[in-house]
Amino acid sequence: MKALRHEARAACGFVERNVNLVKRYWVMEVVWLIYSMANALSVTFIGAGMKQISGQDVNVQRLTLYLLIGTLVWQYLSVVFELVSETIQFERWEGTIEYTLMAPISRFTHLFGATLFSLGYGFLQTALILAVVAGFFHLDLSGANLFGAALVLLAASVSFSGLGVVGAILPLLFPERGVQVVFVIQSVLLVVSGVYYPVTVLPHWMQPLSHLSPATYVLQGMREAILDGAPVVALLPAIGRLFLIGAVLLPGGVWLFGRAERFARRTGRLKRSG
Amino acid sequence: MEAQAVTALELRGAHKTFRPIRWPWRRHDPPPAPGESGETGEADGTKRAVDALVDLSLTVQRGQIYGLLGPNGSGKSTLIRVVSTLIIPDRGEVTVFGHDVLREERAVKRLINRVSVEASFFKKLSPMENLLFGARLYGLDGRTARERATTILRRLHLRERSLWEPMEQMSRGMQQKVAIARAFLTQPILLLLDEPTTGLDPRSKREVQALVTELRREHDATVLLTTHDMQEADELCDRVAIIDHGRIVADGTPAELKARVPVEGREATLEEVFMALTGHGLGEPQAAGDEA
Repeated sequence: MKALRHEARAACGFVERNVNLVKRYWVMEVVWLIYSMANALSVTFIGAGMKQISGQDVNVQRLTLYLLIGTLVWQYLSVVFELVSETIQFERWEGTIEYTLMAPISRFTHLFGATLFSLGYGFLQTALILAVVAGFFHLDLSGANLFGAALVLLAASVSFSGLGVVGAILPLLFPERGVQVVFVIQSVLLVVSGVYYPVTVLPHWMQPLSHLSPATYVLQGMREAILDGAPVVALLPAIGRLFLIGAVLLPGGVWLFGRAERFARRTGRLKRSG
Repeated sequence: MEAQAVTALELRGAHKTFRPIRWPWRRHDPPPAPGESGETGEADGTKRAVDALVDLSLTVQRGQIYGLLGPNGSGKSTLIRVVSTLIIPDRGEVTVFGHDVLREERAVKRLINRVSVEASFFKKLSPMENLLFGARLYGLDGRTARERATTILRRLHLRERSLWEPMEQMSRGMQQKVAIARAFLTQPILLLLDEPTTGLDPRSKREVQALVTELRREHDATVLLTTHDMQEADELCDRVAIIDHGRIVADGTPAELKARVPVEGREATLEEVFMALTGHGLGEPQAAGDEA
């Protein structure tokens, strides 16, 4: 019980520290939020203007929602993915990683604490963007299965946390270039996951890659739930796949992180750099 | 009857060589010529193998302040990192109060804390925010952590206002004081101090030294201290080891070490002892590795 309380306090410590960092870097956070809102609005306006762009009769309401789901889900997933790996990058730059790794806590607690914050912060940011974007468009969600959409997002949170933990290995081992590789991975996911289009429009050789990305299943599930009002039963395949990916990625990511940490300790790569 | 001595820290044949990592996607230099490995290294410590610790054995008894003297690159920081569980030795055994640093890592981590020569913090956060984070990792609740942090920081004469200002606005000396407070906050029974007073003004240095002796006196802590400051080692340490090229070349009380080097008409200084035993001065950095 005492050990559990210790681990819980440590996990809260990571959340508290990251909240404090957000407060200290609040200008940067506000700037990024404004950019994200502008980006979400720009993408969604493409849907609103599609009739004029194509000269064809299109279902503007459906297209607008289609794009909005893409932009919001991607916003949420990228915040979760980025923040987990950036936490390690930040610790590398500041040189505090040695102190964190020296602390008597499990690596799971360490990464869980970072993940917990990223989920909460990602959700908050996305909700704010949704609130602003909703003010610009008349969104008819009367037929949407919002509960089902929430379940899909929950399952996605697990798998993207796992992906974030795997991504965190890169800055641990390569403080200078690790995060750049994380951005490359993120960019590939953006292209192959069908954030703004169905994956079927991708060239044939790219389509198998979409099956590997958890974002593909989140977007499919969210769109089925919100656009088509699909019941939870119909969403189960997507939810199941996401939980399955999470069940592999999360413990696998923590294990891999542990192996990477051991490698870094064996080769003396934990020293301050940057 | 004299109480039986308890071993706080023991290294037996600890050896660490840093070898260049051969990433499959990078071009590598040709392998070193026979006999070259272990003798030389590039400045970044990555081109050639560097022997940072060479079958090093050391025993520190509970309650001692044990000093490690050596130039840059002699292996002091590697030794501290090995005990801190941050570097895995290639061979040998390292135990802290009987707990093996590899097999009982978590138990060792609960007993130790460390201050390194560079004060590593989240520089945008205040001392209090940094210390609270550190304290939570060691299971302290917020209230206890806040109380202890305030007491220690006041003891180190940190202004009340500074407790909540970003650390980037503080001088290096002040930052180092906060680093010391972070280590003291968790009341470790083995405190690893890696050149803790480097960069501090004389008054701050005195305050830190007083705090170290106080921690030993009041909390029964054992201290492993690396330093370049001979006077500090002389005044603070019960025993001193001189480390050179990853090897302990001498070990004893400051008085014993001084007695080994006869100087006509007076007692030798620790610096003279160091030069006599190693053949070079403390100011001369050694090849690679360190700050290994």
